[in-house]
Amino acid sequence: MSEDKINNRENVTKSPKTLLNVSNISISFFQYSKGLKKIVLHVVKELYLDVGEGEIVAVLGSSGSGKSLLAHAILGILPGNSLLEGEMKYNGKILDQKLKEELRGDEIALIPQSVDFLDPLMKIGDQIIGDVTDDKKEGKKREMTKIFKNYNLREDIADLYPFQLSGGMTRRVLFSTSMIINPKLVVADEPTPGLDEKPIEETLNYLKTMANEGRGIILITHDIQTAVKVADKVVIFYSGYVIEVNRTENFSGNGNKLLHPYTRALYKALPQNGFKLFEGSQPMNMDKEDKCIYYDRCRQSIEKCSHSNPDLVEIDGMKVRCYVVEKSYEI
Amino acid sequence: MSRKKLIKFLGLKAGTLIVLLIAVSVISFILVEISPIDPVRMYIGEMSLSQEKLDDLNEYWGVNQSLALKVVNWLGNLANGNLGTSLIYRIPVTEVIGERFQASFMLIFISWLFSGILGFFLGVLAGFKKGTWVDKGIKIYSYIVCSAPVFWIGLILLMIFSVQLGWFPTGLAVPIGKLAGNVTLVEWLHRLVLPALTLSITGIAQIALFTRSKLVEVSSSDYFLFAKARGEKGWSLIKRHGIRNIILPAITLQFLSFSELFGGTILVEQIFSYPGIGQAAVTAGLQSDIPLLLGIVLISTIFVFCGNSIADLFYKFLDPRIKESEANEF
Repeated sequence: MSEDKINNRENVTKSPKTLLNVSNISISFFQYSKGLKKIVLHVVKELYLDVGEGEIVAVLGSSGSGKSLLAHAILGILPGNSLLEGEMKYNGKILDQKLKEELRGDEIALIPQSVDFLDPLMKIGDQIIGDVTDDKKEGKKREMTKIFKNYNLREDIADLYPFQLSGGMTRRVLFSTSMIINPKLVVADEPTPGLDEKPIEETLNYLKTMANEGRGIILITHDIQTAVKVADKVVIFYSGYVIEVNRTENFSGNGNKLLHPYTRALYKALPQNGFKLFEGSQPMNMDKEDKCIYYDRCRQSIEKCSHSNPDLVEIDGMKVRCYVVEKSYEI
Repeated sequence: MSRKKLIKFLGLKAGTLIVLLIAVSVISFILVEISPIDPVRMYIGEMSLSQEKLDDLNEYWGVNQSLALKVVNWLGNLANGNLGTSLIYRIPVTEVIGERFQASFMLIFISWLFSGILGFFLGVLAGFKKGTWVDKGIKIYSYIVCSAPVFWIGLILLMIFSVQLGWFPTGLAVPIGKLAGNVTLVEWLHRLVLPALTLSITGIAQIALFTRSKLVEVSSSDYFLFAKARGEKGWSLIKRHGIRNIILPAITLQFLSFSELFGGTILVEQIFSYPGIGQAAVTAGLQSDIPLLLGIVLISTIFVFCGNSIADLFYKFLDPRIKESEANEF
């Protein structure tokens, strides 16, 4: 797929109306370690994210970086032993638990990653239609038939159980579950795990279509190529922190327009960009913030990096969490 | 297809049952044989007989035959439906068992149904209201009852409802001085209440705890989370995705509990002097009524086997996942 083909999405205006605004979100978990000692585990910290109508924002991070929790936080389905801090706004209104419960299944939809998210003992049709009153059932059924046609699904799939679906069908069924509610915001959590090129392409096309219909999309993925192919903006996660927010077109050429050293390293590790692997792994314990989270792996660190973690700062409409970049832009 | 499968399943189960019955009857027969009980002595009771007559009797009953021959004879009679004559009741064992089992069956069935339905309901309620006082109450009740022996609960109920309040009779299936044939349905049910309640109380705890833990498990599953994310909530969510996924395991467990019910009924019938199969088993054991004891062993084997088979049947023919994989096997 060529670069220009990817980005010629006609309806991406310069400043789409903001649908979801996430600012300074932190998610932590309470756990009991040795005996009854209670410990707090900070999994996501100081997360900022904006999604506009018709916009696809990719959230990119390796597994364990806490990106799935973001999806759960937006839908208000975090487990009971977690704590969510910070502020989310949906269409300008504060998105608290009550509003989340009102909006989920109505304006906000989740596309989960696997068949495990379907009730194993309920027929596909009943799951897609969802919990509706009898008088609305017929309308929803017709709607489902239409969606099935769009997704190239046979109509009799409605009578199957999840375990009878193939991988490709499952993915399209999962997409159907969100389309039937006609959502304004779609959170797709790893919709392309372990797929070949073709099904990835197909899945991304579905997402693009959704965005072209004016829906805001958060695409959570660990695959940089997937992210770059469809997204307008890419948010990079590292150890639970957002370390960079950049425009998709900057993920091109030799990656010079990328800001954070981690993002650059990630980009250069792609086969077509040199296949340069870099050493080390993400630190999991984030309780110590006496240095930059990337300090241990960074090759261009300066003195300041060793004793404090930088803030996320805005540069030309992009965002980055790095003292070196700050210095070069002389902020 | 499904019909063919069902026939095959039932055929297989019937075959298993026959093999099991042969094994059980042979083993229990041998166990009785090597026990110190002298069947002829038990048969003649306190009567004193000359050694000559005794030898005649031994000869008549085949006491001196080899073990193998005895086993073959026993199996042969069994195959003809002849379980021998009860030494206590002096009537064929099959008749004793038929009569006693009927009385017990009602007791077992009522408590089985009652404990199953109420236990499941309480379990769902506890799981649904997890962490609230409702949940804690149900849990505490279940733990207490689980750790209390059946006979103790029976005695407590007897003390409260029969002795102190006088609501129910202390025992027996018929009022004293009345013929069994003249008992009205109400009188009979009236006497069934306490024994059935005792059996149910313990049964409820197990199924309630199981249902609760299953529901809690389902509540943290991915599909439950996703249903929530799609706006489903409250009782409707529990009904659509919770109960759907726990009802089959719960029913299975309830059928598997047949063996415990059978054990429980032996104690309960003893406490309430209820003339059922359990009481007959105890009497037969204490008074060395070997034919009756062996008969009861066989009937309880069949009973428990049926429970387990029904549980199997439910899984194989109701769960769409297993249904499918089984279908692919043939």
